[in-house]
Amino acid sequence: MRTIIPVGPYHPLQEEPEFFELEVEGERVTKLNINIGYNHRGIEKLSEGMHFDQVTFLVERICGICSTSHPFAYVQAVEDLAGIEIPLRAKYIRCIIGELERIHSHLLWFGLAGHFIGYNTLWMWAWKYREIVLDLCEQISGNRNHYAMLRIGGTRRDILNKEIDELKEKTATLIPALNMFKGAVVDDPVVAARTKGVGVLTKQQAIDYCVLGPTARASGIDIDSRRDSPHNSAYNLVEWNVPVLEEGDVFAKVVVRILEMLESVKIITQSLDGLRDLKEGEIWNEVWEIPPGEGIGTYEAPRGEVFHYVRSDGGNTPFRHKIRAPSYLNVLSNEVAVVGGDVADACITLAAVDPCYCCTDRMQAVEDGKVKYNWKQLLQLSQEKTKKIKNQI
Amino acid sequence: MVLFYYVVFPGFLAVFVAGGIASWVERKLTARIQARVGPPFLQPFYDIKKLFIKEITIPEHSTRSIFMFSPVVAFAAVTVVSTIVGLNLINRAYGFNGDLIVCVYLLLIPSVCVVLGASASGNPLASLGASREIKLVLSYELAFWTSLAIPVLKTHQLKLASIMGFQAQNGAIASSLSGIIAFIVAIICMQAKLARVPFDIPEAETEISGGAYIEYSGPLLGFFKITQYMMLVILPLFLLEIFWGPVNSPVGILKYLLLLFIIIVLENTNPRLKIDQAVKFFWFGLFPLGVIGIILAMLGM
Repeated sequence: MRTIIPVGPYHPLQEEPEFFELEVEGERVTKLNINIGYNHRGIEKLSEGMHFDQVTFLVERICGICSTSHPFAYVQAVEDLAGIEIPLRAKYIRCIIGELERIHSHLLWFGLAGHFIGYNTLWMWAWKYREIVLDLCEQISGNRNHYAMLRIGGTRRDILNKEIDELKEKTATLIPALNMFKGAVVDDPVVAARTKGVGVLTKQQAIDYCVLGPTARASGIDIDSRRDSPHNSAYNLVEWNVPVLEEGDVFAKVVVRILEMLESVKIITQSLDGLRDLKEGEIWNEVWEIPPGEGIGTYEAPRGEVFHYVRSDGGNTPFRHKIRAPSYLNVLSNEVAVVGGDVADACITLAAVDPCYCCTDRMQAVEDGKVKYNWKQLLQLSQEKTKKIKNQI
Repeated sequence: MVLFYYVVFPGFLAVFVAGGIASWVERKLTARIQARVGPPFLQPFYDIKKLFIKEITIPEHSTRSIFMFSPVVAFAAVTVVSTIVGLNLINRAYGFNGDLIVCVYLLLIPSVCVVLGASASGNPLASLGASREIKLVLSYELAFWTSLAIPVLKTHQLKLASIMGFQAQNGAIASSLSGIIAFIVAIICMQAKLARVPFDIPEAETEISGGAYIEYSGPLLGFFKITQYMMLVILPLFLLEIFWGPVNSPVGILKYLLLLFIIIVLENTNPRLKIDQAVKFFWFGLFPLGVIGIILAMLGM
């Protein structure tokens, strides 16, 4: 008999609005229906009504966890459009803040993954060490999240040279903690029993579903846009590796993320060293005008490649701004990864792509396979609604 | 007088208060292990109070009577066990022949009630939780009975009081090789009976959001909570009486605290198992171990 087990829209597994319908026979999952779209906010449209500089802060609010990745990709897109080169010091600072964000995002996920398989001690400990990273972010930018560090042409805030030693010291305290977590995952037989061979996404499936980031790297696809397109950042100036594993199961996804955090620590340490010889204060080039044209920017967010497209008509606002977040592709790969496991497997598999729904939602009304409203009709609908409300007042 | 035994001491009230305190110890210690602060001392009692001043909500598609009665029956069963176990602690003369078997059956009733209540609630997540609970009960009961057979074989008694008397004269059952094997098996089964990690599979908050308990709220959930608090006291005491007597002394409290500590440490150093892994663990891991224990016991070791 076919039963549907609902995961979402309100479910303790993921505290975000999403709806997975697990079709099960007994405990075995036979099919997965993915429903997203509870969280549409119209960011792209909002962006068209803001100055180029204001958009940086708007895209920062797309997601609280990737609050540097989106502006990073956006400023890259605008710099690509206008052909701007940024100072070396700004490149290093961009890398430092970007990598701190990656560590805190991965630690957050790592803790939650522990919680999802019922290992609450791991959860609390991971978040305990995440505090170190958040304190570092606060020291650098004044905020634990939403750093507002980036601007078109450079960064908004500098890192003082006299603080470098202290920052390096604090970053170094993360290494023993990360190695401890590595041991806790790799050596624990019960964790292995719950994650090894679970939710396997083969390399071919990963390519078919266009997955990105750690999800792809755990399935043997060697992509990382930090390495592949390091434009206007210091990633080509420091030494680091892209960890890639072949297995494609949940265990591989955990290990890839832990290895990535260790690489991030390396990048931060080297970038901080790079700052020493550079003059304080040279962190941005003045930008007076954005010429007509189009530009693309990519950045490797903790969950995968973020893609921003910006088109300008020579005015002071973007003419078109298109955003693609990695979770949009990663979440869909669950369709194949979940099938065949049981409900307990399904839950950790769904969480293993580190889904982030606030980046993900798009809206398109479709009826009988055809688009129901085009842009003009939607605009008309909205104007009529506003008129109606005004009349009521 | 009988009513006093059941309602006040050593029945409901005493065990409930002790269970609340044990639950606080568990939560506080868990919090400290996880680098958190933890709840205030009276938190378990605040929880119960809050549940009992809420209204009773019954889901539309549920079987009303079963849904309402199962928590109460579970609570009543545990009250009876706590009275039997408690009276045996005070005075061995209160025991009756075969109370060991009565206790084990009564300790099973809360699990059965969880299954009944969950099935009656008509929720798909609850029915999944119920099916997991049935599988879990089927898997651990086998190992549990095997471990209980060893003290019975050693003492040739089915009376709790006589087993305790035997231990008072000849030393604890757990001091022999077969006894210690049985004790370990029983402790792990206890973890499953209490539905603690790694065997909290029927509840599995992050998978099936509370599973069997998902439709319960207010006083009905309160009865289940009280049952859980009382089980946290009664089950370790029951095991101590059988395996590691005598218990009725200050040292007994230390022994109980040690068992509670083992429960908490197991809970905090393990992820949750899957149901098929749990069944395999009990049937092919612990049951053979129990059988080895029985053979050793027959050889007199």
